[in-house]
Amino acid sequence: MACEFLNHSREGLVNILSRLYYKYKKILKTLRLYFLIAGPGIIVMVADNDAGGITTYTVTGAQFSFYLIWFLILLGPVAYYVQEMTVRLGAVTKRGHAEAIFHAFGSFWGWFSLLDLVLVDWLTMITEFVGMTAAMSIFGVPTWITVLAAWLLMGTMVLQGRYWTWEKAALVFCVLNLIYVPAAFLINPPIDKILHGSFIPQLPPGGFTNALFFLLMANIGTTIAPWMIFFQQSAVVDKGMQEKDMLFGKLDTAFGSFLTVVVAAFCVILTATLLPGQEINDAATAAVKFMGINKYLGACLAIGLFDAGFLGAICISLASSWAFGEVFGWAHSLNQNLKEAPWFYAYYFFDLLLAGTVVLIPRAPLVLITLFVQVIAVTLLPAALVFLILLLNDEETMGKYKNTLHQNVANIGITAMIIVVSTLYGISALFPNILK
Amino acid sequence: MILTFFENTIETVTAIHRRYKTPHMKTTPLVRFCLGLLRFYLLLLVGILVLKFIQALH
Repeated sequence: MACEFLNHSREGLVNILSRLYYKYKKILKTLRLYFLIAGPGIIVMVADNDAGGITTYTVTGAQFSFYLIWFLILLGPVAYYVQEMTVRLGAVTKRGHAEAIFHAFGSFWGWFSLLDLVLVDWLTMITEFVGMTAAMSIFGVPTWITVLAAWLLMGTMVLQGRYWTWEKAALVFCVLNLIYVPAAFLINPPIDKILHGSFIPQLPPGGFTNALFFLLMANIGTTIAPWMIFFQQSAVVDKGMQEKDMLFGKLDTAFGSFLTVVVAAFCVILTATLLPGQEINDAATAAVKFMGINKYLGACLAIGLFDAGFLGAICISLASSWAFGEVFGWAHSLNQNLKEAPWFYAYYFFDLLLAGTVVLIPRAPLVLITLFVQVIAVTLLPAALVFLILLLNDEETMGKYKNTLHQNVANIGITAMIIVVSTLYGISALFPNILK
Repeated sequence: MILTFFENTIETVTAIHRRYKTPHMKTTPLVRFCLGLLRFYLLLLVGILVLKFIQALH
């Protein structure tokens, strides 16, 4: 009897262990598959925290302390909902966003989107180079060396002829973007205030002022940018993502949106702790002030700013090159080498050279360029979002992957809000006194 | 060489224009309404830009 009981127990234990082993293998396989498919979502979301984004977050923290962290957390799902649509569209149509617009809406809207994208990407790239050179100047590196080093690094990343290698290199820069997290731990920020600012929606003391409104708009403007839509869809296509991979593509985007919020929140925490109430206009100024407090902290912010500009520049220039390649019918994959896709790479380098050269011109109107970026992005963003939603609702194009009612409610709501806010942002950039 | 480049570019642009001349999406009233609204919005923004330009000149 005892022997029978022991045999039963042993069998039961073996059963449990084999089931656990099977589950472990299944989880391992799923994780391996996720890491194979992950990439475009994380890269686009982290690159979203570009030089302009980091500047916006540092100014937000310095001006409004920890009071707006909850707002940045809310922007995570907003970015996810918009970018998730590009995953589905790319995986189903196997077309980049530019080509999809040409195909669905005809050449008028196609040319408008392409030319607007090229212009806004080029102007944004200039601001990325401004961020990179400002960051490196803190370490005493001359502008021309920074620009040259950035060109070389960006060239090396794409010329090895494999999308996979480019993606992994870009992911390393994404990890570097998290430098603000350990930096925040160096300064012992007030945890109670951070938790309060993160989970209890509130307005800063002084209420709803113009300065607050402008910064809220700027934060929304940095969360969703036209190039992100074009970039992620093209990356999904270049990576060869299939309909069956969509779930992992969505998870990749969700994880990316989580990282973007983490970086944004930690930037705010840094300046809210060390520079509360101080007038700063950009992230480089904040880094210089940090240097005076703790040189490691200043170095962290400067490295983070360089990295943000670099990530932004590689993604934005690729977004334009992919768009041109798709429409002009050039070979346009990172899996092809220079000989196989000469025009694609020629455009990529042309874009980089043109943007970097502007920064090297003495007394170039960089402030005016930054202003134009905001205004021109405003013209493209609503168009890109409207096209995206219309395409995602087209049954002929999307089949069973078209937007559900819940996705439409969320996306139309987000689009309407972004159109209103970005328009106000653009108008207030042109006429600073109009909203006073 | 430069002339040939421009000739080829114009040719390519014309070919793209021809290829995508007809929209492939079904033009439902909703699509037409959205695109009309977008045109109005963009014209408004261009108007604002022109206004700013005139103001800057003065």
